[in-house]
Amino acid sequence: MTDSAFVVVRPGALTTVQDLGRVGHAHLGVPRSGALDQPAHRLANRLVGNTEGAATLETTLTGCAVRLRRPATVAVTGAPCPVTVDGRPVAWGAAVRVPTGALLEAGTAAQGVRSYVAFDGGVEAEPVLGSRATDVLSGLGPAPLVDGAVLRLGPPGGPAPGVDGVPHRGVAPQLVLPVVLGPRDDWFTPAGLRTLATGEFRVSAASNRIGLRTEGPSLERAKDGELASEGMALGALQVPPDGRPVLFLADHPTTGGYPVVGVVPEPYLAAAAQAVPGTPVRFTPLGRVSWGPPARRTGVGGP
Amino acid sequence: MTLRSLPVGEHGLLIEVDSGEAAEALHAELLRRAAARKLPAVREIVPAARTVFLDGLADPGRLAAELPGWRIPPLDRGDSEIVEVSVRYDGPDLAEVAKRWGVTPEEAVRIHSGTEFRVAFCGFAPGFGYLTGLPERFHVPRHATPRTRVPVGSVALAGGYTGVYPRSSPGGWQLIGTTDAVLWDAAREPAALFTPGTRVRFIPVPGTAGPAPGPPPEGTAP
Repeated sequence: MTDSAFVVVRPGALTTVQDLGRVGHAHLGVPRSGALDQPAHRLANRLVGNTEGAATLETTLTGCAVRLRRPATVAVTGAPCPVTVDGRPVAWGAAVRVPTGALLEAGTAAQGVRSYVAFDGGVEAEPVLGSRATDVLSGLGPAPLVDGAVLRLGPPGGPAPGVDGVPHRGVAPQLVLPVVLGPRDDWFTPAGLRTLATGEFRVSAASNRIGLRTEGPSLERAKDGELASEGMALGALQVPPDGRPVLFLADHPTTGGYPVVGVVPEPYLAAAAQAVPGTPVRFTPLGRVSWGPPARRTGVGGP
Repeated sequence: MTLRSLPVGEHGLLIEVDSGEAAEALHAELLRRAAARKLPAVREIVPAARTVFLDGLADPGRLAAELPGWRIPPLDRGDSEIVEVSVRYDGPDLAEVAKRWGVTPEEAVRIHSGTEFRVAFCGFAPGFGYLTGLPERFHVPRHATPRTRVPVGSVALAGGYTGVYPRSSPGGWQLIGTTDAVLWDAAREPAALFTPGTRVRFIPVPGTAGPAPGPPPEGTAP
């Protein structure tokens, strides 16, 4: 069915196929994966009349261009960018009809990092453990887009439902991330936890789908050595030996041996995924959830 | 069994215990309760070295409060089929491992292949299992500098664990052999050959014991 497809003309810096990810396989070492900006992915699908689980393209900073082999209803959301059909500007954040043979291009992001391109019918690929998401850590799912690749599209749906274009929610000049402390906040000194709360961090250029790395002050540890490997949550703020927190995004490893000082709740991860390198980051520790044991235990560190 | 509950965000619970064996027993009990629908809805149950992590709980505090009342039976090691994995004991670190153990390479092969392993947990890559079973005197350190590329199918040791690399990747474990076993096949159910709790035995391919000739590997620890 190569006629129900598109050809990659310009893959951009990194364009992957994404959906809502694969849940329930972490015990086999399989990351959740899936779209990093899930609200944008879901919106793009709704705009073209797909279910929210249909696969879209996730671009990185420089967009992508594809040539359609069937007419398609298309929508681009997430990081705002110029959208063109055969070079002519069309609406961003709205359903656009693209004829057979036309070149659809999502340009360089004006703000943010990741744009989502949805096609009616969704991008078809062989599901792995129930998901079509590309997982850059483990290599599961379809390969990232390359020049000349042909990707299939699912059967076109009916007319898109009544979702109009939506205003972009905006990219804040500063990323503010609440942090629920634990499970290993006791591996840091009170000074280290103060650094987390007051330190001026920036998004590192080494960030990717696995994690948002930070540059800035180092969190002082109360305990040396490595932790025995333990399960890692989406949104975990893991602190490697250099003391600079790494926020675990969708393709994060399922287990790890560096202490997790706290966890950023899932609703804030989309903003993290859209923060360009250099963006200032502030963490706002919320304390531990109330049922947990006290954050400070005797014999641990000291001011 | 001493259980310590630690919060992981708003919906996660990390249960810490005193030993790897206790973690396996707790994991087995969690799976039994999940199968009997006596566990609240949960998205992931991830066993690890000394912990089991439960993610996607609506009310982790409620489960944490229940835990001290649980009776967790000791691990039953005889309840699962044994997976046999054929190994050519030709790894570049076999001689070094044997030296650390104070035995000949042939004896090291007998020790490794004579051990019944158990998959304590998975991680690092899909299909990579952390296998326990070697007595503590046979634990070995990782290489100080990881190899940039470990071939697929490498049978390796680090700390108290044995593992098999499911695909070519960087890695710092001591390589003692290779296997053609398929550790991960997305079309298979389950996709992973090693799942937590699986019993594993390594079977030497006759006539292959002994290190392969060749230059020493890069990044080998002194």
